[in-house]
Amino acid sequence: MPTAIAPRTTQPQASGDDLTSLLPKKLAHARPLFDPSIVARATKASFAKLNPVTLLKNPVMFVVEAGAALTTVFLIRDMATGAGDIGFQVQISLWLWFTVLFANFAEAMAEARGKAQADALRKTKTDVIAKRLTSAGTLEQVAGSSLRMGDVVVCDAGDLIPGDGEVIEGIATVDESVITGESAPVIRESGGDRSAVTGGTKVLSDQIRIKITSNPGETFLDRMIALVEGAERQKTPNEVALNILIAGLTLIFLLAVVTLQPFAIFSVAQAGSGTTPTVAVLVSLLVCLIPTTIGGLLSAIGIAGMDRVMQHNVLAMSGKAVEAAGDVNSLLLDKTGTITLGNRQAVEFLPVNGVTSELLADAAQLSSLADETPEGRSVVVLAKEKYGLRGRHIPEHEATFIPFTAYTRMSGVDFEGRQLRKGSTDAIAKFVTERGGEVPGNFQEMSDRIARAGGTPLGVADGSRLLGVIHLKDVVKGGMKERIGQLRRMGIRSIMITGDNPLTAAAIAAEAGVDDFLAQATPKDKLEYIRKEQAEGRLVAMTGDGTNDAPALAQADVGLAMNTGTAAAKEAGNMVDLDSNPTKLIEVVAIGKQLLITRGALTTFSIANDVAKYFAIIPAMFMVTYPALAKLNIMGLHTSRSAVLSAVIFNALIIIALVPLALRGVKYRPLDAASLLRRNLLVYGIGGLVAPFPGIWVIDQLLVALRLA
Amino acid sequence: MTTVGILQIAIFLGLILLCTKPLGSFMARVFDGERTFLHPVLRWLETLTYKVAGVKEDVEQKWTHYAASLLSFSIFGFVILYALQRLQGVLPLNPQGFGAAQVSPDQAFNVATSFVTNTNWQWYAGEATMSYFVQMAGLAVQNFASAAAGMAVAIALVRGFARQEKKTIGNFWVDTTRATIYVLLPISILGALFFVSQGVVQNLVPYTEATTVEGAKQVIAQGPVASQEAIKQLGTNGGGFFNANSAHPFENPTPLSNLFAMLLIFLIPAALTHTFGKMVGDTRQGWAIFAAMAVMFLIGVFVCYGFEQSGNPNLAKLGLQTNATAGQSGGNMEGKEVRFGIANSALFATVTTDASCGAVNSMHDSYTPIGGLVPIFNMMTGEVIFGGVGAGLYGILLYCILAVFIAGLMVGRTPEYLGKKIEQKEVKMAMLAVIATAFSILFFTALSSVIPFPEKGYWNPPGAAINNLNNSGAHGFSEILYAYTSGTANNGSAFAGITVNTPWYDLTIGLAMWIGRFLFLIPLLAAAGNLVAKKRVAATAGTFPTHGPLFVGLLVGTVFIVGALTFIPALSLGPIVEHYLMHAGNTF
Repeated sequence: MPTAIAPRTTQPQASGDDLTSLLPKKLAHARPLFDPSIVARATKASFAKLNPVTLLKNPVMFVVEAGAALTTVFLIRDMATGAGDIGFQVQISLWLWFTVLFANFAEAMAEARGKAQADALRKTKTDVIAKRLTSAGTLEQVAGSSLRMGDVVVCDAGDLIPGDGEVIEGIATVDESVITGESAPVIRESGGDRSAVTGGTKVLSDQIRIKITSNPGETFLDRMIALVEGAERQKTPNEVALNILIAGLTLIFLLAVVTLQPFAIFSVAQAGSGTTPTVAVLVSLLVCLIPTTIGGLLSAIGIAGMDRVMQHNVLAMSGKAVEAAGDVNSLLLDKTGTITLGNRQAVEFLPVNGVTSELLADAAQLSSLADETPEGRSVVVLAKEKYGLRGRHIPEHEATFIPFTAYTRMSGVDFEGRQLRKGSTDAIAKFVTERGGEVPGNFQEMSDRIARAGGTPLGVADGSRLLGVIHLKDVVKGGMKERIGQLRRMGIRSIMITGDNPLTAAAIAAEAGVDDFLAQATPKDKLEYIRKEQAEGRLVAMTGDGTNDAPALAQADVGLAMNTGTAAAKEAGNMVDLDSNPTKLIEVVAIGKQLLITRGALTTFSIANDVAKYFAIIPAMFMVTYPALAKLNIMGLHTSRSAVLSAVIFNALIIIALVPLALRGVKYRPLDAASLLRRNLLVYGIGGLVAPFPGIWVIDQLLVALRLA
Repeated sequence: MTTVGILQIAIFLGLILLCTKPLGSFMARVFDGERTFLHPVLRWLETLTYKVAGVKEDVEQKWTHYAASLLSFSIFGFVILYALQRLQGVLPLNPQGFGAAQVSPDQAFNVATSFVTNTNWQWYAGEATMSYFVQMAGLAVQNFASAAAGMAVAIALVRGFARQEKKTIGNFWVDTTRATIYVLLPISILGALFFVSQGVVQNLVPYTEATTVEGAKQVIAQGPVASQEAIKQLGTNGGGFFNANSAHPFENPTPLSNLFAMLLIFLIPAALTHTFGKMVGDTRQGWAIFAAMAVMFLIGVFVCYGFEQSGNPNLAKLGLQTNATAGQSGGNMEGKEVRFGIANSALFATVTTDASCGAVNSMHDSYTPIGGLVPIFNMMTGEVIFGGVGAGLYGILLYCILAVFIAGLMVGRTPEYLGKKIEQKEVKMAMLAVIATAFSILFFTALSSVIPFPEKGYWNPPGAAINNLNNSGAHGFSEILYAYTSGTANNGSAFAGITVNTPWYDLTIGLAMWIGRFLFLIPLLAAAGNLVAKKRVAATAGTFPTHGPLFVGLLVGTVFIVGALTFIPALSLGPIVEHYLMHAGNTF
């Protein structure tokens, strides 16, 4: 089955100080920005969006459309009467319509990308036949779409799971690539934190019983389709505020242009020469002044931001959540899996007095031979690498393997009369003393030293003889320290959450460079920590997967739930990571920031542009009335017609030129706010002030060369 | 520009800088209700005021209540002032026998509005229109009241930023009382004494009739001038006792009194930036605003001074000496007092329009086009360069909100200022204020540019509204534009050159003053009410820093671009084209 969502197989590695490396430069399976089918779809939609009723939502573009309609009406009138400058009016009208179309196109492009994804998702939503368990205990075949909450179905290997639900019996491997894009199957089993299954995914082995947890039309897949399609898109709070600003500016400029006509009547009468500006020129001035660039691109920026989150395989339940991610001050990161590699590794054997390292290594390896946990494997590997001890095969009938239990807290092997054990230090000490042995003096001291250094000490004993300690170490992920440093520069505190004791936690926290840590954290501690941070005016983001994470996820401003997590966790969070990779939280924050920066940059650019447009249009308007105003024509534009046209054309083209920027977002660097602001002000503020001058000049030259003005 | 001129401007700014911290800290204590060194002397007056007025000192108000108190206070003041003018004939202290004939209903409406809104636009010549009683009990009282109200609003807005998760923004009556008793009154008394020392008159005698050297008879106006002069400047009111305002030797006799007058204008507005810093708990924030204001002030004053000192190029072409020499000032001296010269006239014109004062010591109408553009521009951007008492601070805070909102997004966070998120409501209110003032200036100017009236009719006896102009063309346009800008910005200075005491202009400029005052500050109070309820967001390295040079630059840019873009078409048909025309040899 073709994967619906761009799958991500590799994790981007942080490098240097360019945080865009956190946002993968090019997703292997992401659509190109201007996919031909998407462009075709968007072009068609641009015309449909000319409907004034839909355009009313965008006051800036509505005004442009009204202006375009007005100039067209005057054009038709002049064509009928033969008066006026027809060629000029035709061009102005056309470019004004183009301006609206370009803005529509930007929005349509952003939407079309989401729609294409939604279509692909929808294809997977073929109706399946479900095997529902009746109250009599028999199976009946029903359509998957008729399942209600509470129904119980049975799925065998090869079946598509008919709806979202929870495994209540059995264990199975499930292919969830439809949702996650990840082809490796995952295990789903009843009880615990891996019980949630999603409709549309496929059981690969075994049989499970599933209790359906959602009604038709409300499944995860349905919600996902609605989200990527933008059907449920609501303007985010910041977007609404920005809309108010640009609508206000539009009103002000409308006022400036409308009152200009009486001013012109007065001036023309006083000067006794010239004419008052025509409707086409006045509308042109208005359209050039109102913030069309940001007005045209604002919704595209928002939709594209959501889309970018989606491309990272994170499903944001609302645009508000993405915006909030940009504002986050504190990041709660789970130690295991986020800051450190999932598993601890043996790094050293520390024998007690009177025992050689080799002896300890040998005993440690033997005790771990049957231990399939990553920690156990690492003991075997260390013994091999450091002491050349090959992994031996112990015939099963000659040995009894003692598995680890939470009660004994040790594991090992009984072999050739030896009782080899490894386990938590106090459990081993107890094991030895129970057999009449003694705990050597430096055992406790070594254990403490390891714990203080952030490691986990494992005792090793051979019957009543205590041999020494294995140093298990949490390995901080490569590049983690740099990323946390970047976060700090961005003004974000990272807090490590761990179940470890404070000593161990402190050591790892120091190694990873986090700002704070919460040791021996219970779900309640997490919740309280979040509340405390929020009370101090901070916004908090966290990841979680277990049911007991749900309250904290709900309390956090940004709660990223793992897709492998329980339904409760997914329900509580406002984002779901389909890859279940907690490190993504950092990327989500970067995307949120990028979204806001793009908005601010284009708003600043749009407003700064106005200065140049005044220099083009004002002298053009009044060159006849007040020839002295030609001094303001600093660009040396050829005629009043070419000047007005150039400004209008520049204004229209800049929208289309900035579509890629709006869709991709501006480049984001993990800098502190002051440096970021300085940089962006320079590029978009000063740039916006300067750029239109050469732009308008070039268009003017072209227009004259092409004899269009 | 001359070295002495530049030096005088530098000394002026230096003196303002010196006063900012002590007065600013003092005012922060006053408005926080803490004891100051004046309490032993004046506290009894404060408590007495509350007792008489029935004000509960420690009961605070929500923004709606605060705004309602302000409105009722202003409307009450308006009614009283209107009545005083119309009834001056039967009231005491009227040696010249002025009556209702001097002040028609439309004129009385205009003046009452003007003084209540801290505008002090004057269609009239004070010495030929108002009795001593109206001047003292009416106009001077409103000079105090409108200034105190402005300060109260500014402080209320500051509280919106300073407090968190509260509902109230202070008590209007308490703030106004404290502003009057601890700030305005003591400084005014000292100021008046200083003015008297410089030769400003203070009496209640009838006008003196004098025989001049040539034997002609001359009436010399008298009156309680010094007491009104101090508060006129200190409260950035600007309504002169005499028609000639601060150009009159009885109002502003010496260069020293001139310097002192200008210091009084900037004194409170500058200090309020520090008060703001103190109240929000970070004085750097206040200094950043001070710096932005100082930068804009210097740009304005040197543009104005530069063009005035260059003078009219056409005169130079005729062979006249327009350079400053040891014996003469050079430049454009038309409409300026020789005792002040060009530097102190340009400085005064800039200061009076940076602040919403409107007192004048020279004829702005006679300035070079660009020299005259500076005052108009200052007013159009909302008088936020130090600005009116209170009005300057709340005006610049509006620009801070806009600057932070537009550019603040570029740091990748939803915008916040002083830890308060700037969201829908704040943006809406800020835009409402900007739109209201732009509307008032542009709409009324447009209307007056084209509206016809029958000659000798009631509304505008000269006929069409443009018949009231003394000058034609671009300069005439500037005269209309200046009048409505001055009214809307609550400045009150006159470009002059336009006859404004007709019912049409009295009414429209009056409306402009109401709009400019209340449709500006009520939205800001609403914003304060919203802000005060918000939690303060913790500041981190990711927070937009609003205390450094970068923010200062951004704020200046926002004032220039957002504040001015609206008016460029109008300005280009007024002073800008006039400038080019002058260089082409055309004058009006």
